[in-house]
Amino acid sequence: MMKTKTLALLGASTLGMLMTASAVQAQQSGYLTILVDNGPQSIATMEAWADAYTAENPDVTIDIEVRPGGGEGDNIVKTRLATGAMADVFSYNSGSLFQAINPTQNLMPLTDEPFQDSVQDSFKSVVSADGEVYGAPFAPAMGGGILYNIPIYEELGLEVPKTWDEFMANNEAIKQAGKVPVIQTYADTWTSQLFVLSDFFNVLAEEPDFAEKFTANEAKFATTPAALRGFEKLEEVAEADYFNADFGAASYADGVRMVATGEGAHYPMLTFAIGAIAETTPDHLDHVGFFAQPGDSAESNGLTTWMPDSLYVPKNAASPELAKDFVAFVASPEGCAVRNEAVGATGPYMVAGCELPDDVPPAVSDMMPYFQEGGQNAPALEFLSPVKGPALEQILVEVGTGSRSAEDAAALYDEDVRKQAQQLGLEGW
Amino acid sequence: MSVSVSAAPAVSPAPPAPRLTRRSPYPGWFFTPAAIVYSVLFLAPTFASLYFSLTRWTLFDSEFIGFENFAQFFREPFLIKGLINTVIYAVVTSGLKVVLGLLLAVMLTSQIVARGYLRSVVFFPVLVSTVGVGITFTVLMHPTQGMINETLAMFGIAGPGWLTDPNLALYSVALVDVWKGVGLATVIYIAGLVVIPRDYYEAARIDGATPWQNFWYVTLPLCRPATSTVITLSFIGGLRTFDLIWAMTKGGPGFASDTIASVIYKQYQAGFYGLSTAGNVVLFILIALLVVPLTMILNRKQGHE
Repeated sequence: MMKTKTLALLGASTLGMLMTASAVQAQQSGYLTILVDNGPQSIATMEAWADAYTAENPDVTIDIEVRPGGGEGDNIVKTRLATGAMADVFSYNSGSLFQAINPTQNLMPLTDEPFQDSVQDSFKSVVSADGEVYGAPFAPAMGGGILYNIPIYEELGLEVPKTWDEFMANNEAIKQAGKVPVIQTYADTWTSQLFVLSDFFNVLAEEPDFAEKFTANEAKFATTPAALRGFEKLEEVAEADYFNADFGAASYADGVRMVATGEGAHYPMLTFAIGAIAETTPDHLDHVGFFAQPGDSAESNGLTTWMPDSLYVPKNAASPELAKDFVAFVASPEGCAVRNEAVGATGPYMVAGCELPDDVPPAVSDMMPYFQEGGQNAPALEFLSPVKGPALEQILVEVGTGSRSAEDAAALYDEDVRKQAQQLGLEGW
Repeated sequence: MSVSVSAAPAVSPAPPAPRLTRRSPYPGWFFTPAAIVYSVLFLAPTFASLYFSLTRWTLFDSEFIGFENFAQFFREPFLIKGLINTVIYAVVTSGLKVVLGLLLAVMLTSQIVARGYLRSVVFFPVLVSTVGVGITFTVLMHPTQGMINETLAMFGIAGPGWLTDPNLALYSVALVDVWKGVGLATVIYIAGLVVIPRDYYEAARIDGATPWQNFWYVTLPLCRPATSTVITLSFIGGLRTFDLIWAMTKGGPGFASDTIASVIYKQYQAGFYGLSTAGNVVLFILIALLVVPLTMILNRKQGHE
C-alpha cells in the first residue's frame, strides 16, 4: 500500500487533509500525524521510530506533534478526540486514564492486529474496554520507587534499605553528612504523588482486596491504615526536613539532574526517569541506582509496577491502515531495538522477542530482580481501579509543604475521588 | 431632508417625506450579520452552558442530573478557599492600583524631567503578554536561584519563598498583577487629573492651602470619576483573574493561591465538564452580585458631587 503512491500525492496530502474530510484520498497517501507528550525521552524515541520507519518506507511522511504532559495533556487529548481532530496515532496513559477517554466510542480496536499476539496479556488488560484491545505498548514496564545516587551511598557506606525505618536511618546519615537526603520537585506537581502511589505494593501486601473495595466505595484511604501509610511516609520525610532547599520551585528536570549528579541522594520517581537521565546527563547514568519503596517489614519487599503508556489510533484517523502499520512497527522487536538505540533500556519490554541490551544502566539492573523469578511486584492502583482523583498531586504538595496533615489529606483525597467515580458512572457512589 | 414649503398642498410628493424622517434610513435586516454573530458566539453558548451545567457531561455524551453539579461545586473543599482568595486578590490588586496609580499620575502630571519617557515606562508592562510576565517573574522569584532573593542575599537578607510559601504565594502574584496593571490605572488617572480646572488650585492657593491640602481637598474629590473607573475595571479583572495565577503558581503550592477561575479550570482539566460549566455559572453570578452594587454606589457618589 505504501509503495504505490506517488510523490506528487505526498506533497498534496497535507493540503488535501486540511481541505476535505474525504478519507479516501488521505488513506492512499503516505502522510501520518503523531501526537506525543513532551517528555525528553518520548520525543527522542518517537523521532527515532519515525526516522527508522521512513527509512524503510521512503514514500511516507511523518509529522510529530508535541503536547504537554499531566493534566494539560489530558485536556488536549480529550478535546481533540471529542472534536474529531486527533492525530492518526497518539500516545496516552494506560489504565484509569485510558478508561476516561471513552475508548469504545473514540478509538479504533486493535484486537485482531497480528502484532497483538506477541504483546503480554498484562499489558492488554490495561488498554482494553468491553472486550476489545485498543492500545499497543511503546515503552517498557516501569517501577515506581526511589532512585538513589550510588556515589553518595558508597561514600557514606550505606546499604540499600529493605524497610522504611532503614530508609529513614539512611536519610538521617545523609543529612548528617551535609547532603540533601530526599529530592522533591513541586514545580511539576505530579511528582509529589510518588510516595503514595509507589507504596501500593505495601498496601496490597496487607490488604489484598483493597483495589476492588476502593472501586466499590467500600474502602477508603483515610480509614485503611495500610493505605494511609503512603501519606504518612511523605509527612514523616517532610517533617524531618529532608528536602532540598528549593523543593517548592524545582522541576522534574531539576530532580532528575540532582539525583544523577549527587545534589540529592533519593528521588522518588518512576523508572522512566532513567531515559531522561540518559538523555540529559548521560555521563552520570552509571551513578543512579533504584530500589522499591520500602514497607514496614523486610519480608514483604516488592515493587509497585506501572504499565507503560500506549499508542492509540482514533476511530476517525485519516490514514488508519498506515497508522496501524506504524503502531505494529513500534510494538515489534525491531521497534524495541530502535528504542534501545535512542534512549537505552529502561525496563522489561511488554513485547515477546524484545531484548534488553547486555549493558543496562544500574537502575535498570536493580529493577529487573523484582520482575524475575522470586521477585515480588504488584501493579499500581491506577491499573486495578478506574478511580483516581485529579487533586491528589495538589493535596500531596500540601502534605509536603507541611500545610496539611497526612490523615486530613487522605480524607480529602477520598472526597476527591468521588467526583471521578460519579463521572465514570460507577456503582455504589 | 428638506421639506418643501411650496404653496401647493395638493401636490402628491409631500406624504412620503414625514415617513422618511421617522424611519431609519437603513433597513432592519442590516442588523442581521451582527445579530447572527452575537447569537452564535454569545447567546447560544451562554444558554447551552446553562443547560450543560445541569448535566454530567463527558464531551462525548451528557446525562441530566439537575442541580447536582452546583451542590458538588459548593462541597468542593478547595472552593471556599478559592472564594476567599479571589476576594482578597481583587481587593488587594484594585486597592494598590488605585493608590499607586493615583500617586504615579500626580507625579507624572507635575513638572518633572523626562515626563514623557517616564509615562511610557509606567505604561510599558501593560503591553507585555501576561503569561510572559508570569513566567519571567516565576524565574525572578525562584527561592534559591531567583534574582530577587539573590539580590536580597547580597545585603544579608534571607528572602522568603515568594511563590513556594503557601502564606505568601497569593500576595506575590497580586504584586506582579499590580506591577503589570498599574500603568493602565495611571493613564486613566492622568486623563482624570488634566481635566480638573486650574481655577480650583488657584483658589486654593489664594486661601493658603498646603500641597497636601491641595491634593486632599481638590485633586482627590475631583478625580472621583477616574477612581470609580479604575476600581470597577481592576476589581472585575481581579475577580476573574486566571492567566497570571496559572502561569505563576497553577493555584499552588497545594491550593494556597487557587481562585474561583483556577478551581473551575482544574475541574475542566480533570474532565468534569458539567461541573466546571456549573462553576462558570457561579462565577458569572458572583461577579454580577459584587460588581452591580459596587458600580451603583460609585456612580451615586459621583452624582452627589
